[in-house]
Amino acid sequence: MVSVPNVDRAAVAPPPGPFRSRMKKRLGPDIDGYGFLLPATIVMVSLVVYPFCLAVWFSVSDAFVGEPASYVGLENFIYILTEDDIFIETIWNTLLFAFWSVLFKVVLGLSCALLLQRILKLRRFFRGSVLLPFVAPTALSTLGWWLILDPTYSHINWILANVWPFSYFGWGPYNFLGNPTLAMASVIFVNIWRGIPFFIITILAGLMAIPDHLYDAAEIDGASTWRKFYSITLPLLRPVLAIIILFSTIFTLGEFNIIYVLTRGGPMNSTHLFSTYSFTYGILNHEIALGAAVALFLFPILVVIVVFLLRMVRRDTSHEL
Amino acid sequence: MAEIQLRDLWKYYDDVAAVRGINLDIEHNEFIALVGPSGCGKTTTLRMIAGLEDITAGDISVGDRIVNEVAPKDRDIAMVFQNYALYPHMSVFQNMSFGLKLRKTAKEEIERRVNLAAEILNIEELLERRPKQLSGGQRQRVAMGRAIVRDPQVFLFDEPLSNLDAKLRVQMRTEIKKIHQRVKTTVVYVTHDQVEAMTLADRIVVMNEGVIEQVGSPEEMYDAPETLFVAAFIGSPSMNFIPCRVEANNGGLSVRLSDDLTFPVPGDRNDRYGSCVGKEMLFGIRPEHITDKRPHTDPTHHDFTSDVIVLEPMGIDTMVFINIGETEITTRSRPRAVSQVGETMDFTIDMAHMHLIDPETEKVL
Repeated sequence: MVSVPNVDRAAVAPPPGPFRSRMKKRLGPDIDGYGFLLPATIVMVSLVVYPFCLAVWFSVSDAFVGEPASYVGLENFIYILTEDDIFIETIWNTLLFAFWSVLFKVVLGLSCALLLQRILKLRRFFRGSVLLPFVAPTALSTLGWWLILDPTYSHINWILANVWPFSYFGWGPYNFLGNPTLAMASVIFVNIWRGIPFFIITILAGLMAIPDHLYDAAEIDGASTWRKFYSITLPLLRPVLAIIILFSTIFTLGEFNIIYVLTRGGPMNSTHLFSTYSFTYGILNHEIALGAAVALFLFPILVVIVVFLLRMVRRDTSHEL
Repeated sequence: MAEIQLRDLWKYYDDVAAVRGINLDIEHNEFIALVGPSGCGKTTTLRMIAGLEDITAGDISVGDRIVNEVAPKDRDIAMVFQNYALYPHMSVFQNMSFGLKLRKTAKEEIERRVNLAAEILNIEELLERRPKQLSGGQRQRVAMGRAIVRDPQVFLFDEPLSNLDAKLRVQMRTEIKKIHQRVKTTVVYVTHDQVEAMTLADRIVVMNEGVIEQVGSPEEMYDAPETLFVAAFIGSPSMNFIPCRVEANNGGLSVRLSDDLTFPVPGDRNDRYGSCVGKEMLFGIRPEHITDKRPHTDPTHHDFTSDVIVLEPMGIDTMVFINIGETEITTRSRPRAVSQVGETMDFTIDMAHMHLIDPETEKVL
């Protein structure tokens, strides 16, 4: 019989205490790792989890600024859904706003990324400059748009009135922020302007990750430019597209700055989104409970979108490049 | 018929000439290997034949038409890429049939051809898999399958085996040779591995710095290299080069390799080397032409002794490293005839296989 040398492990390393070894059994061998997670966890809990839970509590209470709150169940939700016409309008506004914004950001972002990929001269300059809307503080750049779209001082209206050929047709002036349809179009436009750099840069990175030799192979296989885009670029870009559509949808649904600076939800509540309407309720009208209910209304919708898109990403990245 | 002709072909990338006016005729159904070190222009040449690179100057013709301006898809070529270039989001079947689908081939015909190619390549059971689920060798087969189904006039291979491990590479090499014997067609095969070129090709084209150094059969390349570059590039381990002086000697010639080592040049080369008397030249000889001492009667064989510096057993032979003058050279001996490191050993050199190279022109005389 072969004898296995009996190595006394305890002689090499001090034996773990009973508490430590019990924790090890439960949490795995690297219990120190949890200690390193602690700072991030504290930040997350105090800045994300706590406010979120507080909002959930507010939404099922009758909280009003300066008064003690008590539990009222789903009353707030029932109220905003059945008796608040503005809220119903807000739902439609938000869906409309998010749909058109994200759609245009995807289409234009993809087009610009494809163009930028082909630009060889002044490459850095162009790639850097598309980021400008992204790096300027939103509130500040939106003030610029406010001026551009202002009924009295609007640059666009001035051009329409004084520059040929627009002046010839007698178009304008338009009250961009005063007409419900134009106001919605305007805030969507500014949101697209603001969000497109993120799309361009991310899609560009996705495009660069597609190996050139696939296009060589497709060229030899006889694929036209359009076919290469359709059969190679698009399918291989799908994981990237899914992720940025996910992010963009979340951020667009929660947009606040642009609306608040340009229209404050007006005219006649035609551009209220969840966030601005919630702000109106909770901060301006002091009805914190209703404000929280409006804000949280979005939550289940977002969860569904996130789960759906993440599933798609997981399926799509099952291949490697 | 698919002969390929390259006429005075140039390729510039900005100011850098990658290919410098090469001329080459490739015959119908010939297997040509373009071989050379990295950056010698071989892949650029192949990509120009494929139509993936524009031609700066010159002409390429496939069959009897000039294809300079013809799109890759209309050149009737298929290409196998170094990293396979399989579409990661398509199954093996879709990968192989993509080109046919784009050419609007009938569905039954696509299936027939893919199945036939799959049978030739032994990948029938892989057709539904994605490239990620395949091993390197299997991907390589699929990449070849994609080329075979198209039934092209010309096959282009761009270092197809360089991503495989050594054992698989040898196996696939044989496979490619078999497939070429079965699917007779013109092949242009780019590799930096001279062994691949030697074993596969009907003719080898050695390229260096954008020009063709020599074109010839594997045997010609090995036995009669025309330049120092080809002599050094073809053969493994590579040829030994020793600085020497050519001397006149009793009506014949001899080469002096070191102070105490001279060997007579075979008599039939006296005229060839006559003009070199007194000059400093390079003496070239392959390792297998310096062996352990053997009985011989051939007048071109000569014996000498030297100290053994390093031994490299290869199994069938042992490489023995010795010094001649200042130069370390490789010789090839039978394992049982080899002395120990540091001891002296007797060798026989076969001067019938010597080469004399002019160090200035780098041409083999």
